[in-house]
Amino acid sequence: MSWLEQLHKTFIASGHYEWIIEGFLNTIKITLGALAIGVVIGSAVAVAKFFSEGAPSMRWVSVLCDFYVTVIRGIPVVVLLFIFFFVVMIGADGVTVAILTFGINSGAYMAEVVRSGINAVDKGQMEAGRSLGLSKLQTMRKIIFPQAIRNILPAIGNEMIALLKETSVAGYVGVVDLTRAGNIIRNNTFDAINPLLLVALVYLVLVVGLTRLLKVFERKLAKNEDRIRKRDLH
Amino acid sequence: MKIESENAISTENVRKSAAATGDLLISVKGLEKRFGEVEVLRGIDLDINRGDVICIIGPSGSGKSTFLRCLNLLERPDGGSIVFEGDDLTDKKTDVNLHRQKMGMVFQQFNLFPHMSVLENMTCAPVMLKKCTKEEAEQRALSLLARVGLADRAGSYPTQLSGGQKQRVAIVRALCMEPDVMLFDEPTSALDPEMVGEVLDVMKELAESGMTMVVVTHEMGFAREVSNRVIFLDDGVIGEEGSPAELFGQPKSERLQSFLSKVL
Repeated sequence: MSWLEQLHKTFIASGHYEWIIEGFLNTIKITLGALAIGVVIGSAVAVAKFFSEGAPSMRWVSVLCDFYVTVIRGIPVVVLLFIFFFVVMIGADGVTVAILTFGINSGAYMAEVVRSGINAVDKGQMEAGRSLGLSKLQTMRKIIFPQAIRNILPAIGNEMIALLKETSVAGYVGVVDLTRAGNIIRNNTFDAINPLLLVALVYLVLVVGLTRLLKVFERKLAKNEDRIRKRDLH
Repeated sequence: MKIESENAISTENVRKSAAATGDLLISVKGLEKRFGEVEVLRGIDLDINRGDVICIIGPSGSGKSTFLRCLNLLERPDGGSIVFEGDDLTDKKTDVNLHRQKMGMVFQQFNLFPHMSVLENMTCAPVMLKKCTKEEAEQRALSLLARVGLADRAGSYPTQLSGGQKQRVAIVRALCMEPDVMLFDEPTSALDPEMVGEVLDVMKELAESGMTMVVVTHEMGFAREVSNRVIFLDDGVIGEEGSPAELFGQPKSERLQSFLSKVL
């Protein structure tokens, strides 16, 4: 039996390709959903921490944020997934649980990334905004945050890639993601190499695609200013 | 307005236009500021009238910048009061943001917003604070840019500008809020020597127009020529104060004499 015949047998003839499609879609769904939640939580935590640092009366906010980051970063994501699936959200659909879990997990890492981006913005920017009469929140929104995001775009990209690959443990709570789909086919066909190869290839293509997309986005955000600066250097 | 022509303006004209009206704008009483153990300001009293151009000079570490930054509460004073247009800024109930709209500030490091064009730098605050519509703000910004010779730079980004241009943009950005007083924190100290002139010329023109200005500076020539009062700050207190002629002509204290001998 040639390799092509084997492929046909493993994926097509048995209709197993449908598992792959379902797994692929679920992986994308979980990754994107978790990413959105992660970015929102991460930004909120980072900004809250930034504001609470200056004010003694807001210390509890800072403590709460630290607690969240410490706890989440200290627990393996699979354990977290179990906790959510078997304890917190009993009876909920696996994909929903996965999106929430990975989102909350990613938020903790994202918070640290966003915080580093905010801290990297020159202190004078906040002072300039405030001296014009803008409130702290307005200055954050319009002046600090856009610069912070640009600083950390590469780091967010890394987090996105890590997140995409982390979702491969969603199978532990019965979700048919890409990895689980490959596993199911391997079990049913006794063909180990081809399903795993395909799964690995799909992840790889996704990661490369994401990286490309991010580069485009980065360039778009950099606008004229950096382009000019680079041109001057060459 | 051409920058070159300003050099011709005589000292006398500048002084006359900057002459204080006697209309009290800012009243500082017993201002104190500590950074940890260090007492930076140890009781400063100063009345600033509308139309005043006050230069603050003094050795480094004397508290000049801290004093200026206390005026718009970028540093919160530990004691004393600052009454601006009738409201005590040090009172916790006072809305500082509202008063800051009336106090323009220019920084040593320019602090332009690098992700915005020159025009956006100037219009973002007035538009966000609903002082005017976007169109009005842009119109005002463009006419201000023309006044400082940068009309063709409205679409540029800060990284495309020279230091002198950046500082001129920073000045008109503050002016775009139509402030009642302008605070300058060593506006020329970060500039290459050949760019100092263009910024001082803009400030001179501003003083001429009657703007109330408080300037922390090492430019003694500017202080002598443009200001109507000079404050010598020494170790957190006002060491000496008076007209430029008095301070530069007949310095009374030994500290001021020795300071001037070093910087002139």
